[in-house]
Amino acid sequence: MKDLTKNRWKFLIIPALIVLAGVVLYIVHGGFNFDVEFLGGVRMQVNLHTDFDNGEIADLVQQNTKDTVSATVQKGTTNEIAVIKTPPVDDSVKDEIFNALKDKYSLADEDLISVSSASASFGLEVQRKALMYTLLAIICILIYIAIRFEWRSAIMAVFALAINVLVMAAVYAITNIPINTTFIAAMLTVIGYSINNTIVIFDRIRENQKLRKKNETIADMTDRSINETLGRTINSTITTLITIVLIYFLGVSTIKDFALPLIIGIIAGAYTSIFIASTFWAAWRESNMKAKAAAAQERKSNKKNK
Amino acid sequence: MKKKSIVTLCFVVALALILNYVAFIGFNIAGYSYDGAFGEKGIKKGIDLAGGSVITFQAATDSPTDDQMQVVESIFQTRMTNAGYTEARISQSEGGKITVEIPSVTNTDEAADLLGNVAKLTFNDADGNVVLDGATDIKDASYQFGQVEQNGPSIPYVKVEFNTEAREKFANATGAAAARTSDGTNYISIEMDGEEISRPSVREEINSESCVISGSFTPETAEMLANQIKSGQLPFDLTVVSKDTVGAELGPEALRSSLLAAAIGILLIMIFMVIMYRIPGLIADISLLIYVGLIGLAMGVFHVNLSLSGIAGIVLSIGMAVDADCIIFERMKEELRLGKTIRASITSGFDKAFSAILDSNITTIITCVVLYISGIGTVTGFATTLGIGVILSMFTAIVITKFLLKQLIGIGIENRSMFYNTKANKGGAEA
Repeated sequence: MKDLTKNRWKFLIIPALIVLAGVVLYIVHGGFNFDVEFLGGVRMQVNLHTDFDNGEIADLVQQNTKDTVSATVQKGTTNEIAVIKTPPVDDSVKDEIFNALKDKYSLADEDLISVSSASASFGLEVQRKALMYTLLAIICILIYIAIRFEWRSAIMAVFALAINVLVMAAVYAITNIPINTTFIAAMLTVIGYSINNTIVIFDRIRENQKLRKKNETIADMTDRSINETLGRTINSTITTLITIVLIYFLGVSTIKDFALPLIIGIIAGAYTSIFIASTFWAAWRESNMKAKAAAAQERKSNKKNK
Repeated sequence: MKKKSIVTLCFVVALALILNYVAFIGFNIAGYSYDGAFGEKGIKKGIDLAGGSVITFQAATDSPTDDQMQVVESIFQTRMTNAGYTEARISQSEGGKITVEIPSVTNTDEAADLLGNVAKLTFNDADGNVVLDGATDIKDASYQFGQVEQNGPSIPYVKVEFNTEAREKFANATGAAAARTSDGTNYISIEMDGEEISRPSVREEINSESCVISGSFTPETAEMLANQIKSGQLPFDLTVVSKDTVGAELGPEALRSSLLAAAIGILLIMIFMVIMYRIPGLIADISLLIYVGLIGLAMGVFHVNLSLSGIAGIVLSIGMAVDADCIIFERMKEELRLGKTIRASITSGFDKAFSAILDSNITTIITCVVLYISGIGTVTGFATTLGIGVILSMFTAIVITKFLLKQLIGIGIENRSMFYNTKANKGGAEA
């Protein structure tokens, strides 16, 4: 691959399109699909043993609860499993809902596959905590890179990361996958993984920079470094993807919801590491060196004139 | 030299196989036994894998002290042990939160009631004066079934035993109450958390070391009450802030499918590595095998609480474990293409790869540490397994892979095509 640094702005097009699609579907879906851990409320998974209509179940819930709860209903792993979610409600509501379903579909107690409930304040706290620790992790990584490499590398690594995180968020908006605590785990995995890739390339740049010949520009040297590490970047992305893709195809629904964003995040992580982090670093570094050289030139000519 | 290297190599492979056998199936030699990572003494399965309930309580007081939370924890422990939930796990988190995980129990609401009640038991006289306090005066409480009154029906009831002092107090109180027969206030009111559960009439002074609480009990509620009285009263109210129930069928299915994914994944990675890196790929496979064995052993020996997200962490770490090998082998290929000998390529490939391996793994470890201290349930599980995985994979890549590659030098393979595609053009990276 040639002229990576020169074409760096073009590489932003694909992530931009994904994020744009995310924004559109964010509006269509009316926001993220926050799970009860984040918003509070009740989520229950019930095996109805028969195909059902989402709206019908929602009506049933509304009619059979004291406070006429308006729930959202989705299909679960199979078309016979209903996933019912309510806003924060009184704890007794979940019994009301299940009893209504039990009567209508003549279910047994075991058909209630899972129930979660959380109070609204608990949800808010998890949200706040999740955000705080994600930022903390990023800051720690930033400091480490700034120490081991240079501050420009740290900033560019985080820039690539930000694109990555936006792409991931877009994936959640596009697929409408529920955002719960596994979302945080997925985000942080991708952050860690993407940084991992970026660092291996930066490491090569660090090494090549020491031996750089006068006639090789920073951009060329960076392009060379990216190409030299390309085999590793691709191969290790493939090995990581192998396991996660398998988990996606074989896993149960909760783990599927975790695996899909990870797959996309890891691909995006490799992409931003190859095409964005170091190319933008190189351009920045080069313009900085040119400016320095120009300043030195100016000082020289000033001296001569005197 | 050559012979010795071949023997060493075979020895390591045998060791890797034994390690995996021990880690996942276990052993039983001379009285020492271990039944593998998934055996009884191995990993603890999280609720999402075993099925069960998770309840988080919040102390309904502004700033509970550590001592108070400790009291709550030990009371919870007693209540659950008495109720037969012996495998329950309790963990505290900041701000007066306490989370209880009860495997295999899906009746979450009942468990929440059992644990969350303060259980402040008092005996009051008709004027509302407390004559006996459950926290200080009761020695024991037990659930009984039988006749409370002569010729009466058999009903469930709770028998409360007093200590010596309480016996005296109770005698005094009943004596005083009996004296009030004329206006009908000759009773003792027994209250639990401010709610009257029983109001026995008193006709004469009762000097006995025990008394009976009967009311409209079912065997279950009577047993729960006895359990709560016996375990003592909580220092403050606790409110339930979140409850999770995972059905018994969902859990095992999740574990089975994840393990299957991991097993197939490892196999595919092994094949991939051999195709991409040939003989060194085979070395990476042996390292990976050792890595899998080590992680299985570590999880089992340290009784790691394994949840779905924890499995995801392991599976991810397997993918990342071979990353270090990829870095090393790519480097070796480059050195080989420059025309260096196999021996020199292995040594310098290793040295040059080291800084990249170190820096990339340390950033992952940083993420794991931050995640671990976040204390968010599913996230800590993920951080633990990924963290252990990354550290172990650094060990296998840096120590084991290097050791095995040295044996390769010892065997003295001269055929360079066993290391890389010699026919590709020299600048092979220019893809």
